Amino acid sequence: MVGLDHYLLVSGLLFALGLVGVALRRSALVTLMCLEMTLNAANLAAVAFSHYLGRAEGQILVFFTIVIAAAEVAVGLAIFVALFRQKQTVSLDDLTSMRS
Amino acid sequence: MGVQDLLFWFFSAAMLLCGVLVIANRNPVNSAMFLILLFINMAGLFLLLEAFFLAIVQILVYAGAVMVLFLFVIMLLDIKEGARKPVKKLAVGLAAAVGLALSAEIWLAIQGPAAPAGAPLHGGLKEVVKQLFTNYLLPFEVTALILLVAMLGVVLLSRGREVK
Repeated sequence: MVGLDHYLLVSGLLFALGLVGVALRRSALVTLMCLEMTLNAANLAAVAFSHYLGRAEGQILVFFTIVIAAAEVAVGLAIFVALFRQKQTVSLDDLTSMRS
Repeated sequence: MGVQDLLFWFFSAAMLLCGVLVIANRNPVNSAMFLILLFINMAGLFLLLEAFFLAIVQILVYAGAVMVLFLFVIMLLDIKEGARKPVKKLAVGLAAAVGLALSAEIWLAIQGPAAPAGAPLHGGLKEVVKQLFTNYLLPFEVTALILLVAMLGVVLLSRGREVK
């Protein structure tokens, strides 16, 4: 019987996967995708808690998270487009002008 | 093992596989496609948790709007494949350490006493929406404001210099 623990395990694994992706990939776009994966892992945990504890707050939290994540992606991608205009690259290896 | 359990394992395995493929793919377009699949599997899990509204929102907002934005920008920037530099050893080690540590921590955490089970929220959409428009009305309105601010920011950022 699948319970809360199983959902939390899947959520944790997905979060770890997203974190590994952020550490490994050097393309800013794919890094942003991996960040979305970690956000989704958190969402899954919140919905699972909401379902198994019988509280509606978890789903409301996830609703807000999805809206904010959509806004965040839009702003992030606009920053990348502006960055690409300046530097002709979005590889995180080449964007080191703020490194001392 | 019921149908719901089988569906849970199916959606979870497919979702984690898609997550691995998002990271492993060299081509950002392929990564984006697998991310769409991941979101759809996540919507399936939401359905199993009886969060029907969120499952629809997940498909519409994430698999629809957000990923179209991603694909649009990937194709707009035309990121070259080119000769990739080998992955840094330090990054691999760090990623593996973080991933393993986190997985071990989760494994240990779920070995502990089971979470207190309340009455499951069956078909709680009515309850969710009621709370959203009473207790959480102010955050709801602030979210609308954030969307407006984000929209203005995106327009300003992507307008470019020559249009001034």
